[in-house]
Amino acid sequence: MSGQTFIEIDNLEKHFVLHNAGAARIPVFQNLHLSVKSGECVVLAGVSGVGKSTLMRSIYGNYLPTGGAVRVFHEGEMVDITSAPPFQLLDIRRRTLGYVSQFLRVIPRISTLDLVMQPLLDNGVDAKEAEDRSKFILDMLQLPKAHWDLPPATFSGGEQQRVNIARSFVLDFPVMLLDEPTASLDAANRQRVINLINRALSNGAALIGIFHDEAVREAVATSFFEVSEFAAKEVA
Amino acid sequence: MTEHQTMSANAGPGLADYNFAYLDEQTKRMIRRAILKAIAVPGYQVPFGSREMPVPYGWGTGGIQITASLIGPNDTFKCIDQGADDTTNAVSIRHFFAKVGGVATTEHTGDATIIQSRHRIPEKPLVEGQIMVFQVPQPEPLRNLEARETETRAMHAYEEYGLQYVRLYENISTFGRIAATAGYPVMVDDRYVMSPSPIPKFDNPKLHNSPALHLFGAGREKRIYAVPPFTKVESLGFEDYPFEVQTWDEVCGLCGAKHTYMDEVVLDDDNNRMFVCSDSDYCADRRAQGHRGPHAGHELTEIAEDVSKNQEVMA
Amino acid sequence: MSAIALEERPLNLAPDAPILRAQNVTKRYGFITGCEDVSFELFPGEVLGIVGESGSGKSTLLNCISGRLSPTAGNVEFATKKHGLTDLFDLSEADRRRVQREELGFVHQNPRDGLRMRVSAGANVAEPLMNLGNRHYGSMREDTITWLDRVELDLARIDDNPRNFSGGMQQRIQIARNLVHSPRLVFMDEPTGGLDVSVQARLLDLLRHLVRRSQLAVIVVTHDLAVARLLADRLMVMKDGHVVETGLTDQVLDDPQHAYTQLLVSAVLQI
Repeated sequence: MSGQTFIEIDNLEKHFVLHNAGAARIPVFQNLHLSVKSGECVVLAGVSGVGKSTLMRSIYGNYLPTGGAVRVFHEGEMVDITSAPPFQLLDIRRRTLGYVSQFLRVIPRISTLDLVMQPLLDNGVDAKEAEDRSKFILDMLQLPKAHWDLPPATFSGGEQQRVNIARSFVLDFPVMLLDEPTASLDAANRQRVINLINRALSNGAALIGIFHDEAVREAVATSFFEVSEFAAKEVA
Repeated sequence: MTEHQTMSANAGPGLADYNFAYLDEQTKRMIRRAILKAIAVPGYQVPFGSREMPVPYGWGTGGIQITASLIGPNDTFKCIDQGADDTTNAVSIRHFFAKVGGVATTEHTGDATIIQSRHRIPEKPLVEGQIMVFQVPQPEPLRNLEARETETRAMHAYEEYGLQYVRLYENISTFGRIAATAGYPVMVDDRYVMSPSPIPKFDNPKLHNSPALHLFGAGREKRIYAVPPFTKVESLGFEDYPFEVQTWDEVCGLCGAKHTYMDEVVLDDDNNRMFVCSDSDYCADRRAQGHRGPHAGHELTEIAEDVSKNQEVMA
Repeated sequence: MSAIALEERPLNLAPDAPILRAQNVTKRYGFITGCEDVSFELFPGEVLGIVGESGSGKSTLLNCISGRLSPTAGNVEFATKKHGLTDLFDLSEADRRRVQREELGFVHQNPRDGLRMRVSAGANVAEPLMNLGNRHYGSMREDTITWLDRVELDLARIDDNPRNFSGGMQQRIQIARNLVHSPRLVFMDEPTGGLDVSVQARLLDLLRHLVRRSQLAVIVVTHDLAVARLLADRLMVMKDGHVVETGLTDQVLDDPQHAYTQLLVSAVLQI
């Protein structure tokens, strides 16, 4: 699988139009090209506000690109997520494309363990195995056992972050998008996440990440990508 | 049609102004058409233009109209209320037809050609040629659960009878058995669910393949329906809670009958009671044949008999 | 045989055929437009949210696509077990009612509209099974208990009348009643409307769970974007009877394109 292109971004453009602010047009990037192969970790660089997260979300289909294509290697073919039908995009997210956001979206009443097990169950993993794998990764990330049966709503930022990481790394996604997964972690936990990332890379995953932490960046990056080079010009 | 033409030679003395059997011929024709349709579609409720009758709704206006449309000078008419021939309502209706039709009346089931009934089917098996006429208060078996007439009609039309079982289901969950005793729904000719008026479910099996014609009239609700002779009539039930009729441990106090529908009569203030046949003609017949029950000759027997009948008239 | 065992259907999200297809569905009430030119496809296992404010035509559309209200123009095709994809309004009334009864579910906002208030909770849940022709009390009782347990209702109250339950409990009875017969598509009209927040959360969690487990298709109408976020895979935003925007739920809520959707999203405290 090594050498296979997993993500191919072609001529991507994104701008926002704020209809309720006099139809203000906010350009972010245009003519953006990027491709990531199996085993690569591309780290998005650039100052805050340059559009790193926007790019990340556009790849995930969370933001709707204004133009261009984002192709993801799914089930043996490159699928353009900007034109894929909804059920296919959901299938890509379920099986191929993982996303670790900065913040955990808490679902009322769902325990931490259930939350981590969910992606496995969604992929048809048997409940017992899902539980074992989830417990293993929560344990590895040093989340106290007493927390496992609680909904993470009341957890600290670092704890929530680790739940979020566990939820994505419990499954071996071939393509992962990491939006500052280590932002609120202490040094020991940061190192555990670095290990997880490196393990994923050696397993052949393709990663795109945003890391503000210099040490993490150096530890995982195989290349850097400057988003500002594709900054869109203000339209006159 | 002038008044003169509607008069009938058969009208009793002093009633020359009434048509034979009270109703005018046009009304009878309309009701007969409804009856024919009801016979053609067993169990289906046929709407008809119910007339105002000289008794209040609930006293048998539907039954009286059916009887009036069918009865002829050669018929012998019997009328029962709760199985008894000598209660006020039964006596009055019998007198009514004797007066407006001059027809013969009887208390003997075997002698009658038309039997109008409020609550019972006589114990003596009916024979071919006899007609049972039932007075029905609520013809729609689904009404308690579904208030909309448009909806219940659609349910009958499309044979959507799941709802009918809800009542039986509730009965079992509440009482551990199907406790409903009267107006117990039946499936007629494998097609229409029908309410057999308020007869006790004890009488339901008598409808099945009966050689007699059974007609049901609801005067207030303006519906007529029928079970023609030799028609399949099946009482509803669940596989694990099938339909069952009531049974009594006691025998009839007067005639000793074991397998009839019984009324309970309280005899005194010391919790003494007896059970008697609800069908007074059947009971009298047995006594005439020499059958005697445990209370035969009891000093209260005769009074008790009267009391039980009077109570039912008030019901 | 238990009719209600929640089938763990295969988790294949790339089905060959839609379960429901609406084409140019339009409903006019005289000069007033209820909804106009609405087209979409729904696949098995998908949860579609229809959002918009009161009067936007959500409920009219829901009534049309569930076969309860005949549209002025357009088609609503449902993949019936018997005939495959069939226009609901080409079916005879008898067949349409049968399909609605056996293959669809409809959860009303007000449980009073979806329950028989004079019939016990247990009988309310068992009725769809009786409609399917089940005539075995014991097996229906068992299925009813399973479902009341699944919607977290106190089993000791199985024979109580719905009017003696709280609003949230009534809604759970209604949900059990609409899932007990293993429908393939369930319509929900503001299923958590009128419930207080904690009850809403419980109910949403329950619904999410049931839907995920059984892979049934759901169309849920709501004006509450948080409800939409939690339940729906994708959204249709309606305004003045028209669909102004569609897309994956998180995309529509996080990057709304239409002016109206932007207004709708910005009007919410936090979702």
